[in-house]
Amino acid sequence: MSSNVNAIRKLAEREYKWGFVSEIESESVPKGLNEEMVRLISAKKHEPEFMLEWRLKAYRHWASLERASAEPKWANIRYGPIDYQNMVYYSAPKQKPALESLELLDPEILATYQKLGIPLDEQKRLAGVAVDAVFDSVSVVTTFKEKLREAGVIFCSFSEAVQQHPELVRKYLGSVVPYTDNFFAALNAAVFSDGSFVYVPRDVHCPMELSTYFRINAAETGQFERTLIVADASAYVSYLEGCTAPIRDQNQLHAAVVELVALDDAQIKYSTVQNWYPGDREGKGGIYNFVTKRGKCEGVNSKISWTQVETGSAITWKYPSCILRGDNSVGEFYSVALTNNYQQADTGTKMIHIGKNTKSTIVTKGISAGHGQNTYRGQVKIMKGAVGARNYTQCDSLLIGDKCGAHTFPYIEVRNSSAKMEHEASTSKIGEDQMFYLRQRGIKGEDAISMIVNGFCKRVFRELPMEFAVEAQKLLSVSLEGSVG
Amino acid sequence: MKSPLLEIRNLHVSVDRHQILKGIDLQVNAGEVHSIMGPNGSGKSTLAQVLSRRDAYEVNSGEALLNGEDLLAMKPEEAAWAGVFLAFQYPVEVPGISNAYFLRTAVNAMRKARGLEEMSAMEFLPMFREKLRLLEMDDKLMNRSVNEGFSGGEKKRNEILQMAVLEPKLAILDETDSGLDIDALRVVAKGINAMRGPERAIVVVTHYQRLLDYIVPDFVHVLVDGRIVRSGGPELARELEETGYGSMEASTSAA
Repeated sequence: MSSNVNAIRKLAEREYKWGFVSEIESESVPKGLNEEMVRLISAKKHEPEFMLEWRLKAYRHWASLERASAEPKWANIRYGPIDYQNMVYYSAPKQKPALESLELLDPEILATYQKLGIPLDEQKRLAGVAVDAVFDSVSVVTTFKEKLREAGVIFCSFSEAVQQHPELVRKYLGSVVPYTDNFFAALNAAVFSDGSFVYVPRDVHCPMELSTYFRINAAETGQFERTLIVADASAYVSYLEGCTAPIRDQNQLHAAVVELVALDDAQIKYSTVQNWYPGDREGKGGIYNFVTKRGKCEGVNSKISWTQVETGSAITWKYPSCILRGDNSVGEFYSVALTNNYQQADTGTKMIHIGKNTKSTIVTKGISAGHGQNTYRGQVKIMKGAVGARNYTQCDSLLIGDKCGAHTFPYIEVRNSSAKMEHEASTSKIGEDQMFYLRQRGIKGEDAISMIVNGFCKRVFRELPMEFAVEAQKLLSVSLEGSVG
Repeated sequence: MKSPLLEIRNLHVSVDRHQILKGIDLQVNAGEVHSIMGPNGSGKSTLAQVLSRRDAYEVNSGEALLNGEDLLAMKPEEAAWAGVFLAFQYPVEVPGISNAYFLRTAVNAMRKARGLEEMSAMEFLPMFREKLRLLEMDDKLMNRSVNEGFSGGEKKRNEILQMAVLEPKLAILDETDSGLDIDALRVVAKGINAMRGPERAIVVVTHYQRLLDYIVPDFVHVLVDGRIVRSGGPELARELEETGYGSMEASTSAA
C-alpha cells in the first residue's frame, strides 16, 4: 500500500505541468511603488491625460488605505504580509506589443503558448475562437481582429483601446468597479498595465467566442490586468479567460479587475478556467489571486452570467458579482472551486437586486482535498424598489479526506417583502461506500475520485462552452492527483 | 485437475476486533450456483464483502484463492478485473454520472486491465440496450444518474444489469431479493438465470428461501454465527423454510 502512496505522491509532485519559465528578454521597471512609478507606467503606455489623472487618484487612495493598513482582513484566508515595495509593477517582453501579425511575434513567446496548448494560430481559427494573449503585463497578440472588425466588434488589448477608443474607455472605465471599491481594486487602477477590451455594438451577436490567455512569466512581478467588456443594446458576447504561471518559491500577486456592462436586452457570458500555480504540496509558493470582478446589468432584460472553475492559486479571493439595475435583468453565478494541498479559497458572489422582477441564480460547488480550505461567501441583497425579485442559491461542498475544510457564509438582505428567496446547501464527504462501489466495478481509486467529483460539478460544467468543459474536467482530475492515499 | 474457481480455507475475519467469520471452508466451481443462507448477523454480508475486497475487514487467518491466485492480496479493482462481481445489498448513488457513462467506464477499465481494446460508444450502446431489455428496464435509465432517485427495486435491477454487462466469472449477490415485490423478483431472477453458464459461478447470499424458488441452486450452505453448519442440495433450503434457523443454531451449540 505504501508503494502505492509513493507513486501517487510522485504524480502529485509533477502535477503542475505549466510551471516552466520561458527565456524571454523583458523590459522591467525597478521594484517599488510610488507616484513616479505610476507616472512611468502611464508614460510607457503613452496614455492620454485622463488616464494618468485617474491612475494618480487611484494611487493616492490606495496609499491612504495602505497607511491605514486597510488591506481587507475579513476573508477566511491566512497569509503573511505582502511587501508592496518589493515587487515589480511592470514587465514587458522586449519588443513592440500589439502586433498585427503572428509572424512578428517572438518565437519564444509563441512556443510558450504552444506548450500551454493555446494555439494562437490556425487551430484556433478552425475552432472559431479569437484570442488575446497577455504575457506578464502586456498583451502580445490579438488574433482575428479583422474578422471581428467586419462585424463591428472591438476586441483588443486595453492599451490599444486607450489609444484608439479613448471615448469608450473614458465612459466605462471604473463605472462598475470604481478605484475606491477596495484595496486591491485601487492598486490595480493605479498600476494596471494591460488587459483586454471588448465592445460589441448594438444588435450584434459576436460571431465567435472571445478568449484571453493570461501568463505570468517574470519573477517577482505582480500581474495587474484589467478587462472591460461592454455589450451595447441587444448585443451578445461569450468570453473565456484562462491563466497559468511558472513554478516559483515566492508568492506572486495577481490583482486583476474585470468590469462588464450590459445595456438593454444585452447578454454577456463570462467563463474562467483559473489555473495559476497553486504552490507545492507543502504550501510553498503559488499565486495570490486577489481579483475584483463585477458586472452591471444596466439595461432592461439584460443578462450577465459568470462561470468559473478555480483550481489554481495558493489563495483565491474573488467574488464575481452582478448589479441588477435594469428591470427584468438576470444575474447568474456558477462556480467550481477546488483546493488541494495547502490551497485556500474564499470565493462566491454578490447579487444586488435594484430593478423590478430581477432574477439571480447562484450554484457553487466547493471541493476540498489535502489540507485545502474552501469558503463560499455570498451576498444576496434585495433593494427597496426591487419588486418581485427572485433568487435561487445552491451551495454544495465536497470533502475528500479528513484534513481539509469547507465553510459557508451566505448573507441575505431583503428590503422588499415581495422577494422570493431560496437557499439550499449541502456538505458531503466522498464516502468509503462510494469509493468501494466504483472500485468494485473495476474503476481505479484515482479515477473513481475524479468521476465522483466530475459528477458533483456537472451542473456547473454544463454552463461552460464545450471545449472549456472538457479542459475543466481534465484539469480537475489533474488537480486532484495525490488526494487519495 | 483444474483448480476450483473459488476456494476458501479456514477463513477467519474480524471487524474492530470482533470476530465475525470463524473458520469458513467453501469450494465453488465454474458453472455452479451456490446459495449461502443464514439469519441476520451470521456473517453472510461480511463474507460477500471480504471476497470483493472491501478493506474494512481484518483477515485473521485462512485463505481465499480465485483460480489458484491469492484473492485476499488483491485490491477491490484488481479483484473486479480478475472476474469478481458483487451485487450490493445497498447500491450506492453517484450523482451527476449517467448509468451509461458509468458502465462504459467500468467495462473499459476492465478491458484495459485485461489488455483488450476499449469499447467505443457505438459498440457499447447496442449491447447495453439488449441487457436493459433482458431486465425489462426503461431506456431512460441509461441517462439517469447512477441509482439516484431509483426505487429500491430499480436499484436492485440495476445491479443485475451491471452484472449482465460486466459478465463476471464469480458473481456474488448480496441479499438481492430484499425489498423486491414479486414481479420485480421474477424479473431479477430471470436476469440472473440468463447469466448461468459453464464458465461462471454465482453465489447467492440470502436470508429467505423465496428467491431460491426462482433461482434453483446446486448447493445450499447454512451460515450461523460465522460458521457453515450445514451444506446440502436445494432441498436444504426447503427444510429451512419449515424448521427455521433455530434448529440449526441448536445443532451448532450441541456440536
